[in-house]
Amino acid sequence: MTHESPKVELLWWQGCPSWEQALEILREEMRVVGIDPASVEVREVRTDEEAGRWGFVGSPTIRISGRDVQPPDGEPAGLTCRVYRLRDGRVSPLPDRAELRKTLANAIQGGGE
Amino acid sequence: MAQAAATKVGDAAPGLELPDTEGRVHTLPMPGEASATVVVWTCNHCPYALAWHDRLVQVARDYAPRGVRFLAVNSNDAERYPRDSLGAMRERVDSEDWPFPYLHDESQQAARAWAAQVTPHVYVLDGDRRVRYEGAPDADHMDPERNADWLRDALDDLLSGRQPRRAETEPVGCSIKWK
Repeated sequence: MTHESPKVELLWWQGCPSWEQALEILREEMRVVGIDPASVEVREVRTDEEAGRWGFVGSPTIRISGRDVQPPDGEPAGLTCRVYRLRDGRVSPLPDRAELRKTLANAIQGGGE
Repeated sequence: MAQAAATKVGDAAPGLELPDTEGRVHTLPMPGEASATVVVWTCNHCPYALAWHDRLVQVARDYAPRGVRFLAVNSNDAERYPRDSLGAMRERVDSEDWPFPYLHDESQQAARAWAAQVTPHVYVLDGDRRVRYEGAPDADHMDPERNADWLRDALDDLLSGRQPRRAETEPVGCSIKWK
């Protein structure tokens, strides 16, 4: 049985330096689960207007099949840096790698969460 | 106000006169200047500043008995970044028991005068207000074991009468949010 690859997006803003590392991690994890790493859609968010239009709550934002890897908890859209919580409780400018892999794998199976 | 030239190692640091979260004004220099002063630009919303915060707090606690003064400054535009408002700063200080004043640079003049770039951006000054270290707390915001060792080394060297072995590193963090 074959599955269509999920749509993977990374939105970034130049005010936060972590997006390139986030993209590197994302591509590595896509490769691990069997998604073409070149298929990730990378989009720069330049203005508050774009942030509002795209529901961008901070850089980097990663969406898989349209779902945020760490759904925002009421944060407003805007040009800011994203604060992620890792599994061990630490604050990070990057999402948890294990969570990212799990979300990608679930998306391939069409299971979402 | 135009951005000043970057405050670099060996420079005399610009002065500071800023209120903390309770409205008390803190100045640099102050009478009977400390043997070393740490000035760190930080904020509430940046994951880098948050990740390094506990390490900076511990440095302040560890070095206060040795006469080191510690000042934290938030210069971000609170209108566009409400998490950096004075009220949000006050809430954080109250709930987290900060051992140093959290100064509010509402006009951003201090950040411009120092040419601070990111949060966190750390400066260590000697007793003559000369910059002796400038940069990041340590090499990895994600590794608490680093223990702000670049900052600690700079303070240890300075307090021992030596020039810091590592005087300058690349500050890493979120850009200061200018108005």
